[in-house]
Amino acid sequence: MEKKEEKKIKCVIWDLDNTIWIGTLLEDSRVVLREGIVEIIKTLDSRGILQSIASKNEYKMAMEKLEEFGISQYFLYPQINWQPKSASIKKIVEKINIGMDTIAFIDDQPFEREEVRHSLPDVLCLDVTVLAELLDLPEMNPRFITEDSKIRRLMYLSDLERERQEEVFTGTKEEFLATLNMVFTISPVKEGDLQRAEELTVRTHQLNTTGYTYSYEELDNFRRSKDHKLFIASLEDKFGTYGKIGLALIECRPKEWIIKLLLMSCRVMSRGVGTIMLNYIMELAKEANVHLKAEFVSTDRNRMMYITYKFAGFKEIEEDGNFIVLENNLERIQSVPEYIRLKVVD
Amino acid sequence: MEEKIIKIKAFLAKFFRKHELQEDEDIFALGFVNSLFAMQLVMFLEKEFGIVIDNKDLDLNNFRTIKAIVAFVDHKLNLAS
Repeated sequence: MEKKEEKKIKCVIWDLDNTIWIGTLLEDSRVVLREGIVEIIKTLDSRGILQSIASKNEYKMAMEKLEEFGISQYFLYPQINWQPKSASIKKIVEKINIGMDTIAFIDDQPFEREEVRHSLPDVLCLDVTVLAELLDLPEMNPRFITEDSKIRRLMYLSDLERERQEEVFTGTKEEFLATLNMVFTISPVKEGDLQRAEELTVRTHQLNTTGYTYSYEELDNFRRSKDHKLFIASLEDKFGTYGKIGLALIECRPKEWIIKLLLMSCRVMSRGVGTIMLNYIMELAKEANVHLKAEFVSTDRNRMMYITYKFAGFKEIEEDGNFIVLENNLERIQSVPEYIRLKVVD
Repeated sequence: MEEKIIKIKAFLAKFFRKHELQEDEDIFALGFVNSLFAMQLVMFLEKEFGIVIDNKDLDLNNFRTIKAIVAFVDHKLNLAS
């Protein structure tokens, strides 16, 4: 069931001088793009790999240069300043909300790579000499390229717009969420969702109850199996779609259901939607008149999901190291929050 | 005691502004308990009062009302001292 997945890179962080372009911008503004670099950037983007910048430069000057080259839109949260590059990388990782071990950093300077390697040992540090083979590295090749991966950068850009609006919004979190007109859709996994479903099991670490990963074929079997329910969730709001962002797998025995996996993409963490899928499953279990249990495997990152279970009224009934089984008596099921509309598709 | 109540109320007010929470009012009955709120509450209590909340403490009843939260924090602080 569980297979060791090689680490995939989710975000490439670029240096500028003598990496993306040849020359040092502050010394000579007539720098030229490195040969083939635009194609590399575009290809990574089409694979759903995000990109950013950690460069020691004047922000305005460097951004103008990137715009002149027509590639500025490919970089999320570019950090162009005089901070150590490890600090810039930390900032990007925090903004994008992904794991440090999914980052690759490309810089021509051994000193900069060493500084990053020293403070952030999980980051994959690469010299520019690797560029010729970069696109062939297994880390840079996601197993599938899904609808969601193709528009991933655009989804992050709409997140930026949401953030901007949230910053200037003066009400409470709940009031802000209410302005978004969110629609949360739950549907059984269909054939066309399988690649994304597999991708979610592999990519999601923080909001993941067990971390079980399943292959396309396994998920396809669950989807057809009478003894399982496999749901996928998507979220939209007035700024656009967040894509397919949640997955749940339930093993249905005659008298009890066991939630084997419940996960939500980190991108929706601040949207308060994590409990909606869980409450929906609780409703179904109640209707079916079965006991509802949930497996949980604790890691150093998924505490939020444990809290989600506990605050939804689940109680621990078994514990074996980091493996826990919880049960809910289904006496109290929260309704869907007012700021969101739930759509259930059969 | 008073000081803790004020701090907790101030934190909760960010979520429940429409409504001033009473000390024994059930937070979970108000319909805005999502995983993000729960996580933020736990992290706020850990940071603000310097306690460590482990899995065993994550019983809903410890967090149901402001009163319960204060009692829980006091209990943790007593254990630590």
